[in-house]
Amino acid sequence: MSLLSVTDLAVTFPTETERVKAVRGMDFDVAAGEVVALVGESGSGKSASAMAIIGLLPEYAEVSGSIRLNGDELLGLSDNHMSRIRGKAIGTVFQDPMSALTPVYTVGDQIAEALEIHHREMGKQAARTRAIELLELVGIAQPERRARSFPHELSGGERQRVVIAIAIANDPDLIICDEPTTALDVTVQAQILEVLKTARDVTGAGVLIITHDLGVVAEFADRALVMYAGRAVETADVDVLYRDRRMPYTAGLLGSVPRLDAPQGARLVPIAGAPPSMAAPPPGCPFAPRCPLAIADCRAAEPALIEITPAHRAACIRTEHVAGRTAAEIYGVSTEPPAAARDAAAPAVLRVRDLAKTYKLTKGVVFRRQVGEVRAVDGVSFELQQGRTLGIVGESGSGKSTTLHQILDLSAPQAGSIEVLGADVAALDRRSRRALRGDLQVVFQDPVASLDPRLPVFEVLAEPLQANGFDKSRTDERVAELLGIVGLRREDASRYPAEFSGGQKQRIGIARALALQPKILALDEPVSALDVSIQAGIINLLLDLQEQFGLSYLFVSHDLSVVKHLAHRVAVMYKGKIVEQGDGDQVFANPQQDYTRRLLAAVPQPDPNRR
Amino acid sequence: MSEPITTETATTAKSGVDVARFASRRALVRRRFLRNKPGVVSLVLLVVLFIACYALPPLLPYSYTDLDFYALQQPPSTDHWFGTNALGQDLLAQTLRGMQKSMLIGVCVAFISTIIAATVGTIAGYFGGWRDRTLMWIVDLTLVVPSFLLITIVVQRTRGNIVWLIVLLAAFSWMISSRIVRGMTMSLREREFVAAARYMGVRNWRVIVRHIVPNVASIIIIDTALNVGLAVLAETGLSFLGFGIRPPDVSLGTLIADGTKSVTTFPWVFLFPAGVLVLIILCANLVGDGLRDALDPSARPLRKARK
Amino acid sequence: MTRFLAGRLLNYLVLLALASFLTFSLASLQFEPLDSLLQRNPRPPQTVIDAKAADLDLDKPIPLRYGRWVTGVVHGDFGTTIGGQPVSDELWRRIGVSLRLLIIGSVVGTVVGVVVGAWGAIRQYRVSDRVITVLSLLVISTPVFVIANLLILGALQVNSVLGVQLFEYTGETSPDAVGGAWNQLVDRLQHLVLPTFTLALGAIAGYSRYQRNAMLDVLGQDFIRTARAKGLTRRRALFKHGLRTALIPMATLFAYSVAGLFTGAVFTEKIFGWHGVGEWFIHGVATQDTNIVTAITLFSGVTILFAGLLSDIIYAALDPRVRVQ
Repeated sequence: MSLLSVTDLAVTFPTETERVKAVRGMDFDVAAGEVVALVGESGSGKSASAMAIIGLLPEYAEVSGSIRLNGDELLGLSDNHMSRIRGKAIGTVFQDPMSALTPVYTVGDQIAEALEIHHREMGKQAARTRAIELLELVGIAQPERRARSFPHELSGGERQRVVIAIAIANDPDLIICDEPTTALDVTVQAQILEVLKTARDVTGAGVLIITHDLGVVAEFADRALVMYAGRAVETADVDVLYRDRRMPYTAGLLGSVPRLDAPQGARLVPIAGAPPSMAAPPPGCPFAPRCPLAIADCRAAEPALIEITPAHRAACIRTEHVAGRTAAEIYGVSTEPPAAARDAAAPAVLRVRDLAKTYKLTKGVVFRRQVGEVRAVDGVSFELQQGRTLGIVGESGSGKSTTLHQILDLSAPQAGSIEVLGADVAALDRRSRRALRGDLQVVFQDPVASLDPRLPVFEVLAEPLQANGFDKSRTDERVAELLGIVGLRREDASRYPAEFSGGQKQRIGIARALALQPKILALDEPVSALDVSIQAGIINLLLDLQEQFGLSYLFVSHDLSVVKHLAHRVAVMYKGKIVEQGDGDQVFANPQQDYTRRLLAAVPQPDPNRR
Repeated sequence: MSEPITTETATTAKSGVDVARFASRRALVRRRFLRNKPGVVSLVLLVVLFIACYALPPLLPYSYTDLDFYALQQPPSTDHWFGTNALGQDLLAQTLRGMQKSMLIGVCVAFISTIIAATVGTIAGYFGGWRDRTLMWIVDLTLVVPSFLLITIVVQRTRGNIVWLIVLLAAFSWMISSRIVRGMTMSLREREFVAAARYMGVRNWRVIVRHIVPNVASIIIIDTALNVGLAVLAETGLSFLGFGIRPPDVSLGTLIADGTKSVTTFPWVFLFPAGVLVLIILCANLVGDGLRDALDPSARPLRKARK
Repeated sequence: MTRFLAGRLLNYLVLLALASFLTFSLASLQFEPLDSLLQRNPRPPQTVIDAKAADLDLDKPIPLRYGRWVTGVVHGDFGTTIGGQPVSDELWRRIGVSLRLLIIGSVVGTVVGVVVGAWGAIRQYRVSDRVITVLSLLVISTPVFVIANLLILGALQVNSVLGVQLFEYTGETSPDAVGGAWNQLVDRLQHLVLPTFTLALGAIAGYSRYQRNAMLDVLGQDFIRTARAKGLTRRRALFKHGLRTALIPMATLFAYSVAGLFTGAVFTEKIFGWHGVGEWFIHGVATQDTNIVTAITLFSGVTILFAGLLSDIIYAALDPRVRVQ
């Protein structure tokens, strides 16, 4: 009998206007000691499934089906009863470590609490001692001292370790991890995965991990279920899944993941369209509208999970057309980079020398006094050539975003020099600065926050034009042109940003940036907030636009694989300094510096053989 | 220290819930407000009261200055629905007259003080620096002393002039609202669409008018509704003490003051104007709450599923 | 920590000085202290009027007058009223009266309000929560002077039903109270209940609404979810983790609520006949007396700033993120 047995799980959220069927019939098992991954993009229902198991869905959610832990039914239990199981038989690790711990209690107390709840007879002292042991187990240095710290004194990675310590405190039978590494830096992600492996080994528990990151699945999971539109569409052992996937969606998903070993300019396989609305799913296979292999039968009825081998099932009636073909073949796109060799002697459009930016830390409201300083950018120099991409990689706090904003400001920096299109920024007057703005535009990370929700798309795109003197007819023309360039339709101009998906919003952001025909485009993590299949489409778009218009990109990101596809040259930043700089292929294949090597080694790759 | 890289799109990943179909924002807000029964009833009631206090007096047998010597200090009767006071004045007519003053002053003060608060708040929040420090320091200064005391000092000179009363009340009641607007503006300023506009070359004032103001509009609207209640409270308080509206003019505050003198023996002289006053303020507060629920994107939790 | 508080203290002193200057100037500009003289019938001779004017320094510029006032205050002398009485004596006596009212009212209001609000949040949507919500909305919509009179009416009913004068509503003590300390105490308490409750009620309603909203916001926070995943029931998680965290913004509310209490005290003292500074303030405005008014405003400013300091301390005590290392 397996540890966890889920049968026909269904979760529905009744909202104001409609009923959203987030999960529509999930069946899966988790055995002790095994790691099962629920993989999917946003809206696939993976988190809802996990929350249903521990009973922490919102109170208005409707849950049906059967969830059995060690043979005992969990659905329908009262809150009191479930509370005895949560934290004892099931441990949970959540996504965002920054807000997962109560700010007013010490870390040691919060771990000890987990113990005391389920072991009343354990005294305070014993609980504290055990808490310190757990802190040591999850890799926190100086555990006795750190146990007395408050959560805000710990870094994100350390907080996540504490959350894992709480989850395993009572030696649970099942550990559920909901996107445990998504909110962390790359090197920290790798460390946390190690801690999770330790946790699994120490407790012998079965692990259910929810994630959208196919690299994490390859590194950590034994079996995987790919979820789409509230159901599992393929289940298999991880190596089988990556080698021999049979469902077109899985193929597309794997094809859209950027790889560290791809050449610059290699295109990805995007999946057109967006996931269906869970309030009114279309009849038949929910993936049919986006599937390149769809036939009439696909739209008639939703396929059940068909057995390919006893351990491998896929919900598709056309699996024979998927086997053995690459994603590019199935989706009919070419992933080859363009053959045209670039002119290596292209002029530099952006030259930065010894740029520095220091923030003063002040205290006091009436009488401010300086208590220290932060060197966000500490002597950074690089060049961006025309028609090329320079990728600046680093983790949070490396200063990459600050560098970008310093350049975008177009004003004299605190130290060093910035030269944009041959003009020294410090020597600009108001008029020439405004003119230069037209040539240097920006695309931000969060498509939700970078578009004013109150303006229709037409106004969003017209704003830069109107601010720079375009009259009405030219504005109309240009807006229609821009929509076409990024793959949207003319009719979309009258709709509001909220009506579009994340990927489409980002396309609008890119269109807005292109409005004034800039020569340089600064991109601040433009794809980090997008699902991986949508991300692929945006990366392809950026590559196409660069070819078409000869744009120069200054691309800032923490995601090394994305940078590999886009950047001709790469600069690695760490604590405000550039530690390594060079051609993309060189830096990735032959890293000279220790930090670069660590960074590259930490990236989880969607290749199970690496374990 | 690591920062989370995920954004709001991650919340859909958390719960697995799809974003609901988009409906025109105004229709959505209107629908949500109409669903709030107390809010709708209060709004209707307020409008009715406002109209009634101007439309009703000409229709009544007694005006607020008439003295009925045959009915001194009489409890409510068919002749005098609200009863009479010691001078024989019809309390219904007096209450209606008082309502005119109080509601008019309340609405005017609320609008003016909200406009001031919005202007000060957005300037302080958007520009920061010395503008922010100076303005907030002025706000702090006026909060050190209860503004009511300051108003009293200044207002007693106006001898009941309504325009001055409105101006002074408005001048002393924008402080806390401006703090709220400032906070919201500051968080908006950090939002990327404002930075994007600046980098596109849009001028500062255009950014404020086009981007900041519409997005703080919801806060401002809610604030106006709640300020009506506060303004009515302030005016009646002043009139109660004898510093606002002066006799022979009538406000709900003066009526309540008169009623207080004999509250233990002739309670209706106090109860009717007090009841009307509480009703008005309660309605204003309910409308404000209803607006807040309708305009606030973070929906209030739904009903617990029937177990 | 002490450096942080000392800095705040200095900030407050500066604010206080400016606030008192503001009030003094406003009052001096607005008041016509000679009105009572000028309106006498028959009108007093000009020399008397001039003498009075000189006596009140009416011909001197305002900053100078303020300067003289401040030097006096630093020595404990708050000047004289128009009638010629020293302000200080009356002021200290009345401050004592008002403080009795304010302190008890604010403590009761804060504590009860927080508890009620937390209770309402824990029992969200149940009958008890709805009742509390409706009642607090009603109380907030009712001015202090209405609440006071309603309570008096209510007390009357209770008194008549019980047949005994349980609640007193005039003054601080009964003039005919006899007996030893115990009887005095009981008498004082009987007079204390109604006015204190009037003040506290407004504070309770305000705090409970605020606290309830703060706790409902906290309900959706991640750390509550972690607490429940640990094995705490919903109620215990909210109580142990939510309440403590939701209390933090209450500290900032404290200073504002004291300002509100002061305003409320003005009305309460008038209606219940307590001879505190609130009542005296009204008298000062009515008689156009700058010294009285400024002295009382200074007192209120000191009280509010003290409350502000207290709330800073409470905030630092509750929120470890604020504490300086």
